[in-house]
Amino acid sequence: MSASTATDFSARPPRRALAFWTRLRKGDEVAYTLTLTCALSILAITALLVFELYTNSAETRHKFGWSFLSTSVWDPVAGEFGALPFIYGTVVTSALALLIGIPLGVGAAIFLAELAPARASNALTFLIELLAAVPSVIYGLLGIFVLVPMLRSAEPAIRAVLGWTPLFSGPFYGVSLLSAGVVLTVMIIPFIISISREVILAVPNEQREGALALGATRWETTWDVVIPYARKGIMGSIFLALARSLGETMAVTMVIGNDPKIHASLFATGYSIAAVIANEFTEATGGLYQSALIELGLVLFGLTMVINGMARLLVLSTTKKGAA
Amino acid sequence: MVFHRFRRKAINAVMLTLTGLCTLMAVGTLVFILGYLFEHGGRSLTLDFFTKLPAPVGETGGGMANALLGSAKLLLLASCIGVPIGFLGGVYLAEFGRSGFSSVVRYTTDLLNGVPSIVIGVFAYTLIVLRHGFSTMAGGIALGVMMIPIAIRSSEEFMRAVPLSLREAAMALGASKTRAVFTVVIPAAKEGIITGIMLDLARVAGETAPLLFTSYGNNFWSPGWDQPTAALPVMVYNYAISPFEDWHQQAWSAGFVLLMLVLTVNIMARVILSRKGHVAR
Repeated sequence: MSASTATDFSARPPRRALAFWTRLRKGDEVAYTLTLTCALSILAITALLVFELYTNSAETRHKFGWSFLSTSVWDPVAGEFGALPFIYGTVVTSALALLIGIPLGVGAAIFLAELAPARASNALTFLIELLAAVPSVIYGLLGIFVLVPMLRSAEPAIRAVLGWTPLFSGPFYGVSLLSAGVVLTVMIIPFIISISREVILAVPNEQREGALALGATRWETTWDVVIPYARKGIMGSIFLALARSLGETMAVTMVIGNDPKIHASLFATGYSIAAVIANEFTEATGGLYQSALIELGLVLFGLTMVINGMARLLVLSTTKKGAA
Repeated sequence: MVFHRFRRKAINAVMLTLTGLCTLMAVGTLVFILGYLFEHGGRSLTLDFFTKLPAPVGETGGGMANALLGSAKLLLLASCIGVPIGFLGGVYLAEFGRSGFSSVVRYTTDLLNGVPSIVIGVFAYTLIVLRHGFSTMAGGIALGVMMIPIAIRSSEEFMRAVPLSLREAAMALGASKTRAVFTVVIPAAKEGIITGIMLDLARVAGETAPLLFTSYGNNFWSPGWDQPTAALPVMVYNYAISPFEDWHQQAWSAGFVLLMLVLTVNIMARVILSRKGHVAR
């Protein structure tokens, strides 16, 4: 039966061609092709981006190979390039931002989703989401002129409490890994809050009612039932925040101190991948120097791609809807 | 037993209060940022800021008229690239797409959206600046590429929100698919699509990183499209890291103007969207 239908179709090419021309006259094929071209251009741009970064970093990739990622000497004059100090700075500042940002963000999300009345919750979320729209250079501006002096005056207190750890030792000039981490915290919190709130709101009410009926307190219901249910989505929001903080450029560049050395102390200056590209790209004379910076761009691209991909899978699996 | 119950209740109260404090801190940060910028940037804002060129080092006064025009030109160029491609790409995903290929496009769009802006800057540099030098054109293209992903996804979302029955009604009246899409679906989704694009513009208006080595910067007017140009966010950056007190003040003013611009668009867009019953995102 199906076989004969198939032959029927192939036996009538003129009619199919006619249908094609009719559709073309009505504009369907034109509109289809036009919009398809635009959709394809996304794939083309992404492919071109990878291609450009890859070919333009060929010089350092051939000269240093994988050791580019594991050596820590960055000396443009001598022509030695190792990316480790930048990878270290990027990872440490992002980790610090997550360390402070996760409890704050998830805490606020719990309040907004579970406790606050709907109207107040919406209004507050609106305000918090505005924070995500503030341009990063403005966070940098506030970082230099407000946060750095603030941390400088808070330094004795921090030292008194945590000074015994190697993390808070050595001189402190204000610009530091710590400042960069705190600025990043402020920048990622809106993401964690708005997405976590959404996934917590998506937890079915039966879950809460069940726990409450068994005698759990409000907090026990939230912490032992609602949060585990929404766990994957919250993880997704954290990964999205991480991807954002890894790639954040301006705010970090302005407060991290721009010093390509690895220091254990958070009080010390550092450098991040994005910051070194922003700072040194225009002054990078000579093919090798520029190639090294472009390869750093490639590393950053790879890093954020992986994290973003994981984040989307996690958010997708809980809310069944990609977070924009 | 009584003690145990008391402990549970105490934990409940403490933790719930803590979550409230977290919220307060997040909202407090926004209030603080706004207040601080009003205080430091808004107060010293003069008419000169909008009409004059930057003053040379050592002279006081001056403005950022060239940066305002530069930003406007960059955004115009970015819209010329980002809006048509993004919008039509969105039409494809919402109306013409086949499911398998569409999800590939959607996934790639999200990935491109997640690319750090500095990397887009490097991309535009290798693609354009290496051959033609720093220019308004290069900066506009970098911002244009950044606009595409959000334009696509928001256009798609708003077109999908148009009920299927509208398309069916149009086609039942004999309209072709294209006609139904362009004369019925798109007009119905128009408000949302435009709002999405405004939000998209507001986002790239504040971008600094992709402009650092594409449009570069300029202390004077930049005629045409093939010369380096000043842009507001880049000015904020350069003036903030300068050693001059007077320039810091200018950076605050520029930051204030930039923030007001971005927040105004965002608030308007969210009000429009919430009135239409869409989730403000």
